[in-house]
Amino acid sequence: MNLVLSEEQEMLKKAARDLLEERCPKSFVKQMEQDDKGYSPELWEEMANLGWMGLVFPEEYGGSGMSFLDLSVLLEEMGRACLPAPLFPTVVLGGLPILDIGSEEQKRQYLPKIATGKAIFSLALIEPELGHEPKAITVEASPDGNAYVLNGTKLFVPYANVADCLLCVARTSKQEQGITIFLVDAKSPGISYTVLKTMAHDKLCEVVFEQARVPKENILGQLDKGWPEVEKTVKMCDVAKCCEIVGNLQWVLEDTVAYAKDRKQFDCPIGSFQVLQHYCADIYTCVEGARLSTYQAAWMLSNGLPCDKEIAIAKLWITEASPRIFNLAHQIHGAIGVTQEHDLHFYTTRARAIELGYDDATIYRETVAKEMGLA
Amino acid sequence: MDFSFSEEQNKLRQEVCSFLEDELARGLWKPACDAWIQAYDPEFTKRVAEKSWIGLTWPEEYGGQERSFIDRLIVTEEMLRYGAPAACHWFTDRQIGGSILKYGSEEQKAEFLPKIIRGEMYVGLGMSEPEAGSDLASLKTRATEEDDCYLVNGQKTWTSGAWFTNYIYLLARTDLDAPKHRGISEFIVPMDLTGISRIPMIDITGTEAWNDVFFDNVRVPKEYMIGEKNKGFYHVLEQLAYERGGMERLMGNYPLFDALIRFTKETKYNGKTLSQDTIVRHKLAQLQVEFEVGRLFMYKVAMVMDEGRAPTVEASMSKAYATTFEQHLANTAMEILGPYGLLWAGSKYVPFEGLAAHSYLGSKGYSLQAGSSEILKNIIATRGLGLPTS
Repeated sequence: MNLVLSEEQEMLKKAARDLLEERCPKSFVKQMEQDDKGYSPELWEEMANLGWMGLVFPEEYGGSGMSFLDLSVLLEEMGRACLPAPLFPTVVLGGLPILDIGSEEQKRQYLPKIATGKAIFSLALIEPELGHEPKAITVEASPDGNAYVLNGTKLFVPYANVADCLLCVARTSKQEQGITIFLVDAKSPGISYTVLKTMAHDKLCEVVFEQARVPKENILGQLDKGWPEVEKTVKMCDVAKCCEIVGNLQWVLEDTVAYAKDRKQFDCPIGSFQVLQHYCADIYTCVEGARLSTYQAAWMLSNGLPCDKEIAIAKLWITEASPRIFNLAHQIHGAIGVTQEHDLHFYTTRARAIELGYDDATIYRETVAKEMGLA
Repeated sequence: MDFSFSEEQNKLRQEVCSFLEDELARGLWKPACDAWIQAYDPEFTKRVAEKSWIGLTWPEEYGGQERSFIDRLIVTEEMLRYGAPAACHWFTDRQIGGSILKYGSEEQKAEFLPKIIRGEMYVGLGMSEPEAGSDLASLKTRATEEDDCYLVNGQKTWTSGAWFTNYIYLLARTDLDAPKHRGISEFIVPMDLTGISRIPMIDITGTEAWNDVFFDNVRVPKEYMIGEKNKGFYHVLEQLAYERGGMERLMGNYPLFDALIRFTKETKYNGKTLSQDTIVRHKLAQLQVEFEVGRLFMYKVAMVMDEGRAPTVEASMSKAYATTFEQHLANTAMEILGPYGLLWAGSKYVPFEGLAAHSYLGSKGYSLQAGSSEILKNIIATRGLGLPTS
């Protein structure tokens, strides 16, 4: 047992922090909130040159063959910087499922593009009715000659506005489990998107498929058997999101403590007041719990170990701890924290967006209950 | 990073489990909550000693195994999981031995450590006083130098197990003129010295949990002072990190958690088991999440100990966190049991021997003993986060 990062991971972390501190100040984050694309192609290229998008893919596909745990370290730093960039949808929602179940041809076709930052990917999964089971998937893909024709609406698709390729989860059979994942050229006819206005300005989109044709060879994995991969991707994605939020929360802890040391009332720093000290201690404890549980899940995932329970624990801990952290952090910051003059709001909004993405607390509580043998 | 245990560690855990299973099968004791602090069984302690599981981390020259603190945590974790009667050696193994090892003289190490390892030395804690709780440094018990001894006068309180301990770890003032933190020394005092008496205190559960211990002109030989004179307060701060950093803060009531889970699987209500009820399932899942995160905190503390640092901040965090979990566990058990949760051990209809009621009341003290949660949060804030004290 060893709960610290390796030297190599520490170096990766430092390199990421250095670059993002320089290239991703809050003025840039703010600017990207108003930007149509929501990311900077120049910075994206820089990230690609550093090998960030290719980190987790094998060398034969243009990556550097590092682990999911290494990627976790990077994601944490991105969360800390509130980096607006489509790395998460491209790598975690797009690249990793392709690596997992893509044909050799698909891997050769897509992964090098992802690894070099030449293509942006995303996952079109959630639908307006929500739901976490295969029956919630109603976007239909009907066979028509050498193609499938997609019809229906997907929601909350990250960075669909700039995506080159979408992994679309569609219904191909009336059987409940009859779900197939398609690799869809996002620029092909019959696909339109609308950027939703969200709290975190994070370019979540509605994607409407209207008679959109996808060649049959663009099925990822097997026809009608896509659901297990969807579940796997969602879990991986939840761990990745937990990593981002750990970075986010770490910043909040450091910033809040710094503010409590600096801000004076009654002629002394407010951080000397016991009530606020205890708030800070509570934040610290919550962040440590988030970090330990998240890295446990990431380490297990990285080593191919079964970890449904550990993922659930990380996600559930964060779902409970994060709002508590923000309530305390805002209380300590006083009124300045609820303005846009202070940076805290960037974190408040993004944390909430991360918590609410993908599988929710109810589902994960069931996972834990099942693991406890409760039935 | 590696969240797994080595093969050797898995083997150690297995050995401890087999030992405890065998003890249970032979009916030598019954699992109990708080057994680490309330269940005194010198014979059990001697059997644990025969397995070499006391003083596991200490040097071989004193009879230890030189194993890691993670290994030790594996042993204590299983003792707690089974609710084993380990109170005789718990404090001594956890903090006193380590303190002697760090600050004691060669003679003291040679005298005491092998005795602890053999399961023959049971040390109670003589720290708090009626007027010195969280403000430990304000203690008034005096140790006045006189010929070949220190003459000790004063009163200690909240001393666990003083009816079976054969030694008491004593903090006493040795310099009345020095600032309060700088005039305190540490002693290991045999309980059979003339002038030591005790009055038991009954806790909220009706258990004889603590004692007031009185020192009336007790002549403590000088060779029983541990470490440098007047430096005792600084030594004890470190010892407290070891006192706080163990799994007992999280798993003292594991037998209740275990029994509660089994109870919900076996008990039917409106034709369904309680464990099929979504609200019950989610309450228990929530506890499991809190428990598992707590367990990570504990292993982190052990890792810090293995780095050779006193886990002052980490142990404060894990203890403050874990006692909240213990209170939540007891509270949830009562909620699930309803009025049955009120029943006391021995009563008609009592579910799982009244563990819930015992824990519910007992857990009120967890966030007070070994550093109140408020003191612990002060430590986290000032030492861990560098917040100013004024």
